[in-house]
Amino acid sequence: MPTLTRWYLKSALVWLAAAGIVGAAAALSPLLRLPPVLTALRPVYVHVLMVGWVTQLIFGIAHWMFPKPDAARAERGERLGWLTWLTVNAGLALRVLAEPVAAGHPGGAAAWFLALSAVLQLLAGWLFVAATWPRVRSR
Amino acid sequence: MPRQSVWFVRTALLYLGVGFTFGALILWQKGTGMLPLAWLLLPAHMEIVLLGWTLQLAMGVAYWILPRLRVDGRSTRGRQRAVWWSYGLLNAGILVVVVAGMRTTSPVQAPAVALGRLAEAAAVALFAWHAWPRVKPAGAGR
Repeated sequence: MPTLTRWYLKSALVWLAAAGIVGAAAALSPLLRLPPVLTALRPVYVHVLMVGWVTQLIFGIAHWMFPKPDAARAERGERLGWLTWLTVNAGLALRVLAEPVAAGHPGGAAAWFLALSAVLQLLAGWLFVAATWPRVRSR
Repeated sequence: MPRQSVWFVRTALLYLGVGFTFGALILWQKGTGMLPLAWLLLPAHMEIVLLGWTLQLAMGVAYWILPRLRVDGRSTRGRQRAVWWSYGLLNAGILVVVVAGMRTTSPVQAPAVALGRLAEAAAVALFAWHAWPRVKPAGAGR
């Protein structure tokens, strides 16, 4: 299994565990009268599960299993793959931290971290497309 | 990778890019409040990332990777025409649902979404019909 795939899959597993915690915190929030800001975790929970776990698992397996690129493109694909890993994880982590804070303090600095998170995840999506597109080909 | 899988997976990649773009616009709005119309993209964002990206990628990879059938001594992936129809119906359905989902005030929104969902249902049924005989033990015949 390539190194990048291992990083994707282990990060995906961490996000899966985090999704369990975030989902539980969001569900328990009204029952245990936890801070109302935790209600903002509901969309975070969905994205931790779908981006952190599902999408990242797909990214890792695709990097491993899709037809290998030719030598000239392999190095570029590897670079794009690492950038994808970095931007998707940084973007999602930033969202997890900033969204509950921004919900409690609209217009504060956390709101701009949310915007930065949006840019990072947008980059991650298109970087993965650029890295993977040449590998999706007929024999 | 067979041609059908190339079409499924490349289309899924395009949907990934578009779905993440819509999601980023919504999140930007959530943070800054500068793009209020971005909320109109929420149903499209969900449709695109769940069906356009995730489901379509799974279908493309399944078509590529499931065990092949042996028919008259030849190795084959089975009902290929059904898979092409599945591809066409799935993407037509997604596009109809996405466009209709954004026209919240239109009287044809509900019937259009229903039509799109019917096309998607037909697409997955056709795909399942193709895949069913390919889900078999290693080395088993048809």
